[in-house]
Amino acid sequence: MQEAIISKAKQLLADGTVNRVIGWKKGEFAYDITPAIFESAEEIDADFVYDDFTSANVSKYLVKESKKEGKVLAFLKPCDTYSLNQLTKEHRVKRENIYVVGIPSDGKLDAEKIKAKGITGITGVEKDGDTLKISTIYGEETMPVAEAMSNKCLSCKSKKHVTYDELIGEDGEVIDSNRFGMVEELENMTSQERYDFWRNELSKCIRCNACRNVCPACTCENCVFDNPDSGVQNKAAADSFEENMFHIIRAFHVAGRCTDCGECSRVCPQNIPLHLLNRKFIKDINSLYGEYQAGADTTSRAPLNDYTQDDCEASIVHERGVE
Amino acid sequence: MQVNENKEFQPLIVAFCCNWCSYAGADLSGTNRLNYPTNVKIIRVPCSCRVNPMFILRAFQKGADGVILCGCHPGDCHYTSGNYFTRRRMTLLFSMLDFLGIERDRTRVEWVSAAEGAKFAATMNEFTEAVKKLGPNRRLEDLRCRKQ
Ligand code: SF4
Ligand code: SF4
Ligand code: SF4
Ligand code: FES
Repeated sequence: MQEAIISKAKQLLADGTVNRVIGWKKGEFAYDITPAIFESAEEIDADFVYDDFTSANVSKYLVKESKKEGKVLAFLKPCDTYSLNQLTKEHRVKRENIYVVGIPSDGKLDAEKIKAKGITGITGVEKDGDTLKISTIYGEETMPVAEAMSNKCLSCKSKKHVTYDELIGEDGEVIDSNRFGMVEELENMTSQERYDFWRNELSKCIRCNACRNVCPACTCENCVFDNPDSGVQNKAAADSFEENMFHIIRAFHVAGRCTDCGECSRVCPQNIPLHLLNRKFIKDINSLYGEYQAGADTTSRAPLNDYTQDDCEASIVHERGVE
Repeated sequence: MQVNENKEFQPLIVAFCCNWCSYAGADLSGTNRLNYPTNVKIIRVPCSCRVNPMFILRAFQKGADGVILCGCHPGDCHYTSGNYFTRRRMTLLFSMLDFLGIERDRTRVEWVSAAEGAKFAATMNEFTEAVKKLGPNRRLEDLRCRKQ
């Protein structure tokens, strides 16, 4: 895949379709692949990487990149195309300045899951059927691919690209991956159990804001959490109220716009399952206002920008079973 | 007005009322000399849809034990459709609070018209009772704001 992507990038640069490419390059370790801009074939040859650790969704970078001179080339996985569509719909990107090449994805790996098996000093990985071959500075190790798969890929919602100018490989289908399973489990707990669960999770938050910064739906020029008068600007929460507030408001602001790309949970250094909050909103929206997938198109009205006269009353929440 | 002399727990209730219907409804219940608890603090907003989720959370932060949002009946909003948006927003917000394990009975939306002074008083009495049963808000409180 890496060769195909690199040659496509060089070709589009050479024939002038685009004047830069947004891709990825290696970070300090083999598994911390970071987004990067490339402007020439030489730069691509030197640094461009695309492998099983390349999970970063580059669509958010297009907010800034698409406003610059000339076209930019972006390689998008199926889930990333939903983010781009949503940004296009919200007029946050200039779609005409972006050349999208859709690339297939068979799931990305989570280095933390590999390290949790006691495997360290990772220098590279290779999928061999269901087995993952891991080379480390201490020699070769193996483990099942499924156990190293990142959570966001385990609950993949679609292998279909919803926007692209060109595809590498075959397009896939929307799939059903039981992504609401964990939300349901929580819903079936008692209120006290849910409270304890979230206290335990949210109290780990260090307010690094990574979840907000990475989120393709969070593109406000002035974020409420950067307001110096709010008392919550970039600081560790002083108590449980602030933790709850940050998480409720962050999730609420993207309700109906969150494409469930999973980036927020992926980048959280504290491994807080943030996407469960977003998924709760998605699940509620689906069940109360009709199935809706943000980013699936560029014309539909977002559920919170819409209403019908016979929507349910808020009391529906109070009438639910299980307390 | 009631004066409570015993020391039983008195919840603090914040009621966001839209200017055109519910606030007038509250006024009417006053001019009709109907009783509703002094624990209810009314905050007037231009329309129920002015209330952003942060307002609800901030009310809890500053010491509310229950928050109720009142607006014109669906179809009667002074700005035509504000309350329809409110309805979706608050449904989702309350559901999220419930998902986080925060007692769902601490929040409520009620439609009260300018003519419904009696409904306003009854709603406030009933809501205050419900919140009183739950006791003080502990799950969504800001310790730094606790009085004592
Ligand atoms: S990424 Fe995680 S730790 Fe950082 S602010 Fe978000 S939830 Fe908190
Ligand atoms: S909230 Fe999380 S899952 Fe939703 S769009 Fe943002 S990063 Fe993606
Ligand atoms: S948290 Fe809210 S205000 Fe901040 S960037 Fe996201 S959507 Fe915008
Ligand atoms: S003016 Fe009363 S709800 Fe909009």
